[in-house]
Amino acid sequence: MVSARSVTVTPSSLTYADVPWIIQHREDRCTLCGQCTAICPKESIELTYRRVRMPKLEILSKKRGSDYKTFTGIRQKTTMANACIGCGMCSMVCPNEAIGPVANTNENRALFYNNMKGEPNKRGGRRNVEGPTLLDRIMFDRISMLTDPALDAGRHEFNVTTTLGRVLSPEEFLENTISGGWIPPTREIFPFVIGSMSFGALSPNMWLGMLQGVAYCNEVLGLPVVMCTGEGGCPPWVLRSPYLKYIILQIASGYFGWDEIIRAIPDMQCLPAAIEIKYGQGAKPGDGGLLMWYKVSKLIARLRGVPEAVDLPSPPVHQTLYSIEESVMKMIQTLSMAFEHKVPVYPKISASTSAKSVLNNLVRNPYAAGLMIDGIDGGTGAAYNVSMDATGHPVASCVRECYLDLAAQGKQNEIPIFAAGGIGKNGNVAQNGMALVMLGASGVHIGKYIMQAVAGCLGNEKNRCNVCNVGICPKGITSQNPKLYRRLDQDKVAERVSEVFMSINTEVKKIMAPLGRSQSLPVGMSDALGIADKAAAERLQIKYVC
Amino acid sequence: MCRLALKTANEPFSPYEVLQAMEAMKEGYDGSGLGLLLRGMEFEDFKYNPRFPILSGIAHSRKAEQRMDEYMDDRGYELKYDHRFAMNPEKMSGKMRYRYFLRAYRMPPAFKDRPQEEREEEMLRTRLDLRRIGEENNGDLTVFSFYPDVAMIKEVGWPMEIGEALCLWDGQIKSRVCMAQGRQNTNYGINLYACHPFFIQGIATMTNGENTAFVPIRDWLLGKNIPGYIGYQSDSEVFAHILHYTLRQLKLPLQAYKHIITPLSSRELETHPQGDFLRGLREVCRRLIIDGPNAVIGTLPDETCMLVMDQKKMRPATVGGRDGAWAIASELCGVDAMVPDRDPAFDFQPMREHTVIIPPDRKELQIWSQHDQLPLPQAA
Repeated sequence: MVSARSVTVTPSSLTYADVPWIIQHREDRCTLCGQCTAICPKESIELTYRRVRMPKLEILSKKRGSDYKTFTGIRQKTTMANACIGCGMCSMVCPNEAIGPVANTNENRALFYNNMKGEPNKRGGRRNVEGPTLLDRIMFDRISMLTDPALDAGRHEFNVTTTLGRVLSPEEFLENTISGGWIPPTREIFPFVIGSMSFGALSPNMWLGMLQGVAYCNEVLGLPVVMCTGEGGCPPWVLRSPYLKYIILQIASGYFGWDEIIRAIPDMQCLPAAIEIKYGQGAKPGDGGLLMWYKVSKLIARLRGVPEAVDLPSPPVHQTLYSIEESVMKMIQTLSMAFEHKVPVYPKISASTSAKSVLNNLVRNPYAAGLMIDGIDGGTGAAYNVSMDATGHPVASCVRECYLDLAAQGKQNEIPIFAAGGIGKNGNVAQNGMALVMLGASGVHIGKYIMQAVAGCLGNEKNRCNVCNVGICPKGITSQNPKLYRRLDQDKVAERVSEVFMSINTEVKKIMAPLGRSQSLPVGMSDALGIADKAAAERLQIKYVC
Repeated sequence: MCRLALKTANEPFSPYEVLQAMEAMKEGYDGSGLGLLLRGMEFEDFKYNPRFPILSGIAHSRKAEQRMDEYMDDRGYELKYDHRFAMNPEKMSGKMRYRYFLRAYRMPPAFKDRPQEEREEEMLRTRLDLRRIGEENNGDLTVFSFYPDVAMIKEVGWPMEIGEALCLWDGQIKSRVCMAQGRQNTNYGINLYACHPFFIQGIATMTNGENTAFVPIRDWLLGKNIPGYIGYQSDSEVFAHILHYTLRQLKLPLQAYKHIITPLSSRELETHPQGDFLRGLREVCRRLIIDGPNAVIGTLPDETCMLVMDQKKMRPATVGGRDGAWAIASELCGVDAMVPDRDPAFDFQPMREHTVIIPPDRKELQIWSQHDQLPLPQAA
């Protein structure tokens, strides 16, 4: 037995089998090119010289001893700072398929050490719960079979747009039309919105690539897609460009980016699609936005009006007034006024058992243009792991309750509810989105899905990658380091955005056609939904099917 | 798919004529129901005053009938005429009901000089109360309509059988307008209230096809809490209520109905003279957009008749006729049966943008297109 002193064993010593991802390396294929070690965002692997003993068997000789051989191999670091995140960039660059990470199927000790220097685990991504979500399990089962030929998704005319903005009751609308009263602004948009991801959380190439794709969707494909900025404003030229009309500007508790926005108002060529006031976020309810210092580059600091390389944690609440009701009311009114009551202004909250109270406040506020509800499966660029995994409320039942509450008052057409959080978590973006629409949402916001589908984000719910917070995104999606974000080709991102929305558009039609719907988005068409789960069916007031 | 027939003529005619047109289209229904609505009434044995509201329905027992009598007495209505159908029960394969009634009442004295609106509200409330009383007593009383100059009959079974069982051929009752629907039961249960036409405050519609947007439309109408927006045993009942909502609540012209149920696309609205107004109307009435496939046939208190299609136009419907007599039917053979002495070259099958209106003078058809200017001063 070797004495303990000859190997380094400390309380936090881990072996490669204790970390979440294990690097498998095949020396027989390795060309020692060194690309894997160069690209690894965590510097988890290093080329090292290794020595092996070559025992000699010389029976007739009296000489004892062995020969030693040295070779160049890969060593996986096991410190928490350098533990492999499973991104797989090493496999991507390896010319000989000699290396790659494998998920550790054993329980991994690293879980107990993800708090070095007393700092709890912070990461990007979303709730690390795998498997089909509730939305994935919903089926569209009201197929018109008895009296009607099914519609042809390819050839019939479909109208799949939705309304963003406060809608008057028909009686009020006619009265205001006659009397010349105010008719609140609305936008006719595609029901799948690119959710709020800030310029700062995302790299310039990613953000501008998305905007380019959104513009293409609108101007060439005829799909009125809009995207939300998140908290962090817009590059000044975008604010003064004709593309602003495709953008929902978000204002959140840190007010980052709003100096630029207010300054640009007189020069705006067109109005923004809407203003989103963020009060909460599904991924980290009760917590403000967080842009960690790694990502506060010169450009970002300039846009946000802050010094470089400092953490930017937004407060959990808007520090303006003493009560949330008053704050919601006054902020909505103020922002509506700033844009001469020509831009819809709506709040975003995290899904919660108290969502209905907020909604009922909005019903009484004539300037409120909708409600956006973000569920527990929503993603984020940076948050405490505990917030992401354990805090929040699933979006489906929250949206359903709010919709039924509005329907009971006959106001379901007046305040559109938008839903977010986990849509497309397992790739079923159109199915998930349409399930929420039929539960009562007027549309959905998708963020993480967009990162995955248009830019190749590697994050998943096995906690793969998920390092958006520290700016080392190996794909260049969430990094402010030019060396990294230059990996992402802005034009290719734009191309993928248009491909993704064309495909969602077709899938939405493929869902609507068998239900016999084509003329309007089937908001609240809950008779079309079924689920093989009695408790969920009862809670959502849809059919139990098996 | 249900079959629909409507005839409107200056000379009152027997509802049996319309049933014969239904017979011509009989591949299209399965005997799960017949609904008849007569407007512009003439009774053989009673000189009817068209101000008297007529209560139509079925009492399923003697007790129910008595309860109804008492209720109407208490409310101050005076019974002026009680039509008795000559019955031929052996003609009907199903069981006859205890009493099919069509009764004309004089309004309570308190409503004698009240404005029309108040009188109509009173009639609606009376009908809803009677319906509720029937439902509270195991459904022993079914009330279809209570309105001047309108009579309704609904029964489960084959149209001709019902017509013969109630001796509708005998000329005892005639009308200037008759709507009939032979029902093909779709996905909702067989129920007397589920038979078309649907009626509310003088406005009636009937429909073929399936209303795929039924649930969101129903939920919205229920949320409005407007008296009479109840029932929905059939997915087509919402069409009548949307028409009522358009004309009575919003006080818009009949042409606006089409803009509410099948609004033009944004592209089409760009070139419409009232594009902005119609875009706003589409938005505020978004939950009332039907998705069809349907043909909606309706009649109004002034004996105007109308026909519209859903936007996809996946259901047939034809209108044809001559000065003084017109027919609308879901099939061409139905029109042939009702007005054979017309020039079929002038038959018209409306397209997605059309509203066909037969005005009360019955001289000629109006074919109004959604792309035309809406007759609405405030929107100009």
